[in-house]
Parts: sequence; C-alpha cells; structure tokens
Amino acid sequence: MPTLSIEELSRTFPGVRGGPPTRAIEPTSLRVADRDFLCLLGPSGCGKSTLLRMVAGLDRPTTGRVLLDGEPVAGPGADRGMVFQSYTLFPWLTVEENIGFGLREQGMPPAERRRIAAHFVERVGLRGFERHYPRMLSGGMQQRTALARALANDPKVLLLDEPFGALDNQTRALMQELLLGIWEADRKTVLFVTHDIDEAIFMANRVAVMTARPGRIKSDIAIDLPHPRPYTIKTSPEFSAYKARLTEEIRVESIRAAEMGG
Amino acid sequence: MAFFVLFFVGWGAATLGGFVNRTFLADPISMVGSGWTLLVVHGFYADIGVTIWRVFGGFALAAVIGVPLGMLMGAYKPVEAFFEPFISFARYLPASAFIPLLILWAGIGEAQKVMVIFIGCFFQIVLMVAVTVGSTRRDLVEAAYTLGARAGGIVRRVLLPSSAPDIAEALRLVLGWAWTYVIVAELIGASSGIGHMITDSQALLDTGQIIFGIVVIGVIGLASDYVFKTLNHRLFPWSLA
Repeated sequence: MPTLSIEELSRTFPGVRGGPPTRAIEPTSLRVADRDFLCLLGPSGCGKSTLLRMVAGLDRPTTGRVLLDGEPVAGPGADRGMVFQSYTLFPWLTVEENIGFGLREQGMPPAERRRIAAHFVERVGLRGFERHYPRMLSGGMQQRTALARALANDPKVLLLDEPFGALDNQTRALMQELLLGIWEADRKTVLFVTHDIDEAIFMANRVAVMTARPGRIKSDIAIDLPHPRPYTIKTSPEFSAYKARLTEEIRVESIRAAEMGG
Repeated sequence: MAFFVLFFVGWGAATLGGFVNRTFLADPISMVGSGWTLLVVHGFYADIGVTIWRVFGGFALAAVIGVPLGMLMGAYKPVEAFFEPFISFARYLPASAFIPLLILWAGIGEAQKVMVIFIGCFFQIVLMVAVTVGSTRRDLVEAAYTLGARAGGIVRRVLLPSSAPDIAEALRLVLGWAWTYVIVAELIGASSGIGHMITDSQALLDTGQIIFGIVVIGVIGLASDYVFKTLNHRLFPWSLA
C-alpha cells in the first residue's frame, strides 16, 4: 500500500501585474510506496520544489490532492518531516534544542526530549556539539542538525528539498552517505528533490524525472543497485549505465528550459 | 573617550581664557562647583530620582502595552490592517504638543508626566515591534510548521524569540527619546525634576547649574544604554555575529 499518493496535482501561479498566470506544474500523479526512497530529478525551475512544498502542505495545489495513508493533506504537519535547502535551524536554540523542537510542540517532557535528541545527535555524528548555537556550525553540520530535527519527530515521510545543494562537493558526498545509511537502517519513506543525477542514483530506489516548466513526470526509473551501497558504487558500470540514461533524459529538459528562459 | 577630553579642554579654554562671557556660559570648574552645591545643599539627587522614575514609569507602561500589540500586528495581518493607519498617524504627533492638553486633564502631577512619555514612546514601540515581527524569516516559520507547530507555538516559539533582540534594540532607542520628552514636560510645568531645576536656574542666570543638569541627563542616558546593551548580550548570545 502506498504511503504517499499524489493525485492529479497541479499548480498555477497567478500572473504578476496583470501578466499571464504561470503554470508551474501540470496535473501530476505519483505514488510513493512505504519504505521507498524516491528522488524527484529535474532541471532547475521545473517545479519539483513546488511539488514537494504541496506535499508538505506549505503550498496549496490548484487542482488535485495529496493523500498520506489515505488521508488528504490539508496543511503542514508533523507526519511529514522536511529538510530545506536553506539553513532553517532556529538560531536562538542550541543543536539539542533544535532537534527537540517538534517534540516540545507535542508536549513531551524535557527529560525524554533530551534522551531522544541525544540519540539523533549521535546518529548524525554531532556528539560534543549539543550546546552549540547554529551560527557556530558549518553548513554541513547545520544540515545534519536539520536532518536530525526532522527525524526526531518520527514522521511517516521524510521530505528533502535539495538539502545538500548549498554544500561543497566533499561535504555533500558525506551527507549522502549519512542519509543513505540512516535510510538503510530505518527504511523510512523518503521523497528527495534534487537536480544532481549522481545524488539521485546513489541514494534512491526510484528516480522520477520531471520535465521543464510546466513540470510533469516524464519517466519513472527503478534503481536496482544493492544495499548497503558503498560510495565506490559510483564508479561501477551499473551506476554509469543509469547515469548515461538519466543524463540523456535531463539534458533534453535542460535544453528546453534554457530555450524558454532565453 | 579622547573626544570627551578634547571637548572639555576646548570648553575650558573658551571660558577660562575669557573668550566667552561668564554670564552666558559657565566654565567647567564653576559647573562642577554648581553641581556640588546642587547635590549637597539643594538635594538635587531627589530631582534626579523623580525624573528617572518618570522616564521609566512612562516607558515601562508603553513597553508593557506596546510590545504585545506590536507582536499581534506583526503576526496577524487583519490586526495590523485594523491598527496600522491610526498608529502611523499618531506617531507623527509630537508628544510635547500634548503637554498643554495633558496639563488641563491631569494637572502638573506625576500622571501628566508619565502620560507625556507614554504618548511619546507607545506608538513608536508598537510600529517598530510590528515591523520586526513582520519581517521574521519566512523559512523559519515554515520549518516550525513542518515540525508540527500551530499558530500559538509559532508566535511564542518562533516569532517572539527571533525578534527579541531587535525588540530589545528598539526599546533601547525609544528609551533615549523618552529622556527628551521628560525634560520637555518638566520645563513646561513641574515642581520637581531635572527639567524643573533647569528652568529655575535660567531665572537665576546660573548657566553652571543648567549645564550640570544637562550633563547629568547625558550620564544617565549613557548608563542606561550600557545596561541595555550588556543585558542584550547576556540574553541573546545566539544573535551575536
């Protein structure tokens, strides 16, 4: 049974200053099965972030709906944890308090909150930084905290909007391994938005490729690479084959996007 | 600090050197002498106390009502739409223009002084707080929503803490203005306070006392500013660059 079901979802933004409205997403349907790791891959500006924001409940679809365990999504909620591309830790809270934010909103007592926060601090490798404020952390450490913060709420689905997009290559690779390791251990349902082909193949079970704006899903490719996946898999022939195929799919869309933009 | 020294040296040279008529500008030494007489003989510290009490009374009242109202305006658009036009209008009304009216209403007692300062501070505080809260980073609010926060939690645990340092900074600025209002109120109708002493000294042509009064205001302002800044650093260590 699919955990997350996107049904004929579309989004049109009203025109600015009497201009024509912008169709960001054509009616799109997508099913994310329980324990799936699905990457939404698309050129920049294709509406993949808009799609994710509608799943999160931060944006309202023009038509269609999102179902989570059969229930329609009406707004944001703790059952869909989100990690954003921008650094969204609360700067006035320490790492530990940031991770416990959602738990505190649920009314969990401090002792239990700290216990859970300590567990996730450990899992994202931030031991010793519990009392640090976000401004004292590197970008990678901030995103690890953001990941821990989303996981601490124990959401049904984890939504990630290019969470490693602002990080340097080396840090990004380490973050991918970290997230993949957590997924391999927990098998939490993940919907991950990215424009990075390697990132998508390395982590995902399925890659859904989106077209240039107005976005829709043009192909849905299963990634049959074994788990656990070591980072060395990125140089394997199977990986390269997937990469060749996806590069071709994305290239067509990037050219279309560039032509529309120019 | 260096400029303070330079300032006093220049002032001393102008007055003690006989370039300026003593009747119009006292020299630093007689200013200190006048101050000493004021404090020891005339009990000037009671006036200082009264003035400080008035400033903090009116300021605290304005802050206690103004900060929550400003937060509501910043957080909820309909509340802002309801109050904003009036408050934007009201903040251009100079508090000192209300003094004659307030004297008619409340006499020249403490209530009138506190009301002048309240009028001078309240509208400024409301607007500055509303703008600060309204400019809270949108992505932080969204992150809180995805973590399960509801409207009440957003206000208490995102909007309030994220704007707290800027609110404190706004209050520090407004407190500075409150000092201007209190002196004006005391110049016009009062039987005590630093401003009252200054008007009395004007009648006596004692420029030393006047200057001493002004210096006292400056020193108190500097001290309260320092306290505010230290407090902000202590309370909001996360916001320091």
